[in-house]
Amino acid sequence: MIQFTHVHMNYPGGNEALRNINLHIEQGAMVYIAGRSGAGKSTLLRLVALIDRHSRGQIIVNGQNLARVRNARIPIFRRHIGFMFQDHRLLNDRTVFDNVALPLVIAGSRHREIRKRVQAALDKVSLLAKVNSYPMALSGGEQQRVGVARAVVHRPAILLADEPTGNLDPTLSWDTMKLFEQFNQVGVTVLIASHDIDMVRRMSKRIITLKKGRILTHDGTPTTQ
Amino acid sequence: MNAAKRRNTRPDKTAKSALRHRFERWLLQHAQAFIFSLGQYIKHPVSNILTTAVIGISLALPASFYLLLDNVRHVSSGWDGSSQITLFLQTEIDDTQALAFANTLANNDNVRETILIKRAEALAEYRQLSGFADALEILDENPLPNVVLVKPHFDNANEDQIKTLIKALETMPAVDSAQYDSRWLQRLLSLLDIVNRLIVILSTLLGVAVLLVVGNTIRLAIHNHRAEIEISKLFGGTDSFIQRPFLYSGLWYGMFGGIIAWLLIVISTHILRQPVRQLANLYASDFQLIGLGFGHSLVLLGVGIALGLVGSWIAVKRHLRAIEPV
Ligand SMILES: Nc1ncnc2c1ncn2[C@@H]1O[C@H](COP(=O)(O)OP(=O)(O)O)[C@@H](O)[C@H]1O
Ligand SMILES: [Mg+2]
Repeated sequence: MIQFTHVHMNYPGGNEALRNINLHIEQGAMVYIAGRSGAGKSTLLRLVALIDRHSRGQIIVNGQNLARVRNARIPIFRRHIGFMFQDHRLLNDRTVFDNVALPLVIAGSRHREIRKRVQAALDKVSLLAKVNSYPMALSGGEQQRVGVARAVVHRPAILLADEPTGNLDPTLSWDTMKLFEQFNQVGVTVLIASHDIDMVRRMSKRIITLKKGRILTHDGTPTTQ
Repeated sequence: MNAAKRRNTRPDKTAKSALRHRFERWLLQHAQAFIFSLGQYIKHPVSNILTTAVIGISLALPASFYLLLDNVRHVSSGWDGSSQITLFLQTEIDDTQALAFANTLANNDNVRETILIKRAEALAEYRQLSGFADALEILDENPLPNVVLVKPHFDNANEDQIKTLIKALETMPAVDSAQYDSRWLQRLLSLLDIVNRLIVILSTLLGVAVLLVVGNTIRLAIHNHRAEIEISKLFGGTDSFIQRPFLYSGLWYGMFGGIIAWLLIVISTHILRQPVRQLANLYASDFQLIGLGFGHSLVLLGVGIALGLVGSWIAVKRHLRAIEPV
């Protein structure tokens, strides 16, 4: 599903964020990217989503060589990916419904389908009751779950989560991880970057640890699940 | 991969229905952007009405100048071509002498026609039209001379021939002075040409002003929607999807600006209509103020919409690309 071969990433200004990364993540896997702040976790996710382009090496995502994806095709490429962020990045002037519906609106789904899928996604994160609320009226944990619903509402092949639990207390973090596990169980490939190593260990999934842009260890379950 | 697979197993996946589906989606997204941008317009009424008013005034100014020019052209076209020389006769010349003079003059080779306006007729007409009837009562004698209107055989273009004719007429003993109507008409026409060019320059400048106003407004809107644009790009929004609501906003600004300009002109012509008619009556003319016709109204609206679209398009091209998800 995701394959890195000798991948390097230099940000303009000479900052080498990733050095010679080799990894293979199977379709349907759930993998944690661990490491200290500045280790290159976010950069790795950004390369997968073509938010940045890598400097050297080869990346294959969903059967596509990313070097060959032209800029004009990037939007279409991204429609198979769902995103989650630490700073949830909800649109505060839109209701929960409109926030979650965004990926479907972008894909041009019909109204009835949008309704159905948004409701299903919100039901999954137990927020159906807040469908007409605005993000500001929700607690931090609820906002995060709206972010989860938005990340999966268009049934992406890959879910990328960058520090999804950074602002949450341990119980809520754990719930969020369990939620990701559920999506993983229906076939979504899940990639989670987190510096919360204790929680990552407790999930007992495969862990890729980065240190200063290099892969330190491949822990946990081997590449196939 | 799940998503892709599910799409491929859609039962109606024939080429034709796929095309129709794409067209429907395209239509749907246009409708969404159309309604969304209108909603944004209504959501911020004060700033949007101010912007639209500026656009409306910027459109109304050149449009009303053109309209004014149109009216002046219309008035002057009545005089054009039928150039005539007005001869004011000496006051001693009485009506019979004047008639004889006019008839002799009509036989001149260079003269096509002469018309005698007797002093009494002139006074009566003047009394009726000028509004000075009471003042004229005080005079015991008619102050007006007999007047002969001379229509030459040649038209305005033959300036030299007309000059010679006027010289010849002025030396005649019965003639006090000769006045050639077309002189000031030609001055007016060349003045109108200058005014016309000035209006073109002014319209261009005001058009650019509209572009700048719309462009800047859209630039601010893009800036204010930065988070939304980033998220949309992250979830696979194409450039055309993301720019669409901004282009529609430009359309709204241009269209509502055009409507405001139209209203301003319609109200102005309505206010001016009555006094213009009075003035025309004084000149014994049945001239009526030309308002904005249907065609010109459409042109005004079209220009507004076009400027709005172009202004927003420029802003979108310059500022939307720069926003990338982080
Ligand atoms: N846009 C950028 N421009 C330049 N350097 C960057 C940029 N983003 C990240 N970096 C650098 O790349 C390294 C890895 O950053 P990041 O991937 O964000 O680490 P992490 O997510 O593990 O904290 C850091 O040294 C950071 O300063
Ligand atoms: Mg990070």
